[in-house]
Amino acid sequence: MSKQNRRSFIKTVGLGAAAATAATYTPFAIGGATKKVVVIGGGMGGSVAAKYIRMMDKSVEVTLIEANKDYYTCFASNEVLSGERSLDSIKFGYGGLKGHGINVVHDKVTDINARARKVVTAGGHSFAYDRCIVSPGIDFKYDQIEGYDANVANTSIPHAWKAGPQTQMLRNQLKDMRNGGTVAICPPPNPFRCPPGPYERASQIAHYLKAHKPKSKIIILDPKPKFSKMGLFTGGWERHYGYKTDNSMIEWHGTPKGSDDNVLTSIDVKTKTATTGFSEVKADVLNVIPAQKAGKIAFTAGLTNESGWCPVRGDTFESTIHKNIHVIGDSAIQSPLPKSGYAANSEGKVCAAAVVALLNGESAPDPTYVNTCYSVIAPGDGISVAMVYGFKDGKIIKIKGSGGLTPGKFDAKLREREQYYGYSWFKNITHDTFG
Amino acid sequence: MIRNTITKSALLATGLMLSVQSLAEPSAEALGYTCAGCHGTNGASTGNAIPSLAGLSEGYLIGAMNAYRDDERSSTIMGRIAKGYTEEQIESMASFFAAQPVHSNINQKYDATKARAGAKLHDKYCSSCHTAGGTDPEDDAGLLSGNSKLFMKYTLADFHDGSRDMPKRMKKKMKKMLKKDPDALGKLVNYYGSGK
Repeated sequence: MSKQNRRSFIKTVGLGAAAATAATYTPFAIGGATKKVVVIGGGMGGSVAAKYIRMMDKSVEVTLIEANKDYYTCFASNEVLSGERSLDSIKFGYGGLKGHGINVVHDKVTDINARARKVVTAGGHSFAYDRCIVSPGIDFKYDQIEGYDANVANTSIPHAWKAGPQTQMLRNQLKDMRNGGTVAICPPPNPFRCPPGPYERASQIAHYLKAHKPKSKIIILDPKPKFSKMGLFTGGWERHYGYKTDNSMIEWHGTPKGSDDNVLTSIDVKTKTATTGFSEVKADVLNVIPAQKAGKIAFTAGLTNESGWCPVRGDTFESTIHKNIHVIGDSAIQSPLPKSGYAANSEGKVCAAAVVALLNGESAPDPTYVNTCYSVIAPGDGISVAMVYGFKDGKIIKIKGSGGLTPGKFDAKLREREQYYGYSWFKNITHDTFG
Repeated sequence: MIRNTITKSALLATGLMLSVQSLAEPSAEALGYTCAGCHGTNGASTGNAIPSLAGLSEGYLIGAMNAYRDDERSSTIMGRIAKGYTEEQIESMASFFAAQPVHSNINQKYDATKARAGAKLHDKYCSSCHTAGGTDPEDDAGLLSGNSKLFMKYTLADFHDGSRDMPKRMKKKMKKMLKKDPDALGKLVNYYGSGK
């Protein structure tokens, strides 16, 4: 039994003892007067689940607990790095959700009592639920990189993998960098939030450097042998950034299976040096994106398994560990759905429909899911990946024949359209979530 | 209203044939909701490139999805998406969007002078088929006035350069219109984008 597992085990046993007394006054929804849902986390998954529950059934009381007053989308945040958009343009408040009759509480959840069906916050409040939806996003495995921790990330070497102040810090560092400087990007190992993200990031930074600091270089130290939309990205890098020439602005160094070539082992904060199994790279701007795991509350509440993510049923997203708690978004084990904003949106709606049905004593409806995700390699060069998913024999499956990537052969007309469809996608998915 | 529909279909499913459950057939709402991330909540797009689906006729929506699925209509992403659905699912999601009120996206930038000229062109060359500015679902066509401006630009460009087939009558009218006014398409796009 791993350390983590033992801790969760003790936690669960502890909760059980507390539950014996709590169970007597826990409201019981079916046939009862109240239907209470507590949603933890106001990101892409939690917010849309809260909103759609209210759209489907106004008799359900929904409380959304989120620590921050504003949410910054991870998608499109790479365009803040290139200066194509402002940080404010990816910032969303919770006024829209309040308008749907959702009780939005800005507080930090410290524990979930699964037996007593209660959520406890740092502010000292307690919220009873019939069903709880947990959507805490990701947390980072800082301990895998020597010299790196949350404090370093917040003060000098940002991961910027949760958009917000760190996004602005990275943008400022790029602006302050000399012409001829080196930007090193260290993407995480699988699985992680937004699989094409690190490579769109390299593209957007290259777009900025090409116009403002053309002697500069971007070095990607990747612990993986390949990456999402790889052919489309490298094709775009050839078109725009001299990739595969001696003068390439972007260098990608992958790691063959079983090797540790470009696996980041340590960093030196002062000199911004990244050390991998194979080399040392001294950077002017260093962007370390650490390996990832489920958000903290998922661990505290004992919702994770040995993988560090949360096992769930694919049709309801109810935890297979704790009854009446659903986990959606990046924290859930939802493969073959990716850890993306659109997948979280789709999962949020499937989960909302299941929660409403179960609270009304009905069986959960048959689910359907979509993922669609855009990246912009350079202005006028947008690409996308899409897939339709269904549910069969207890599992989420890709619908055969559907989905796939933008065609590899460059077509200026279609690539420009994909960029603008991507911008419309941004408008509509954020409005669908927070509006 | 949505709540009622769900309850109704649940009653029908349990009341008429329990075996339906094992077929894993998502409801019209469930299917429609998955489109909202791109096309807007209930198909009302707030972006200026992805079109609205809200309130369009079932016939038009089914035709469009089938054409995308069979690669008979050019697209970026819709060909890939449409291949994920059965005939019944396409009909089902079409019924969901057809039941929504028509949406007009009035928050787009447009050139007012061009929009006025476009309104006149529309009345002269388009309005016999696309009534009420192209907002009446009974026409069995896509939304024109109030639809996303870039989408209208792309669509007209595709009709014009032959990437997308036009009905005979439309082809004739477009030819006539462009002969008289080579900038007609830009004016129409501004009129449709104005949402007036």
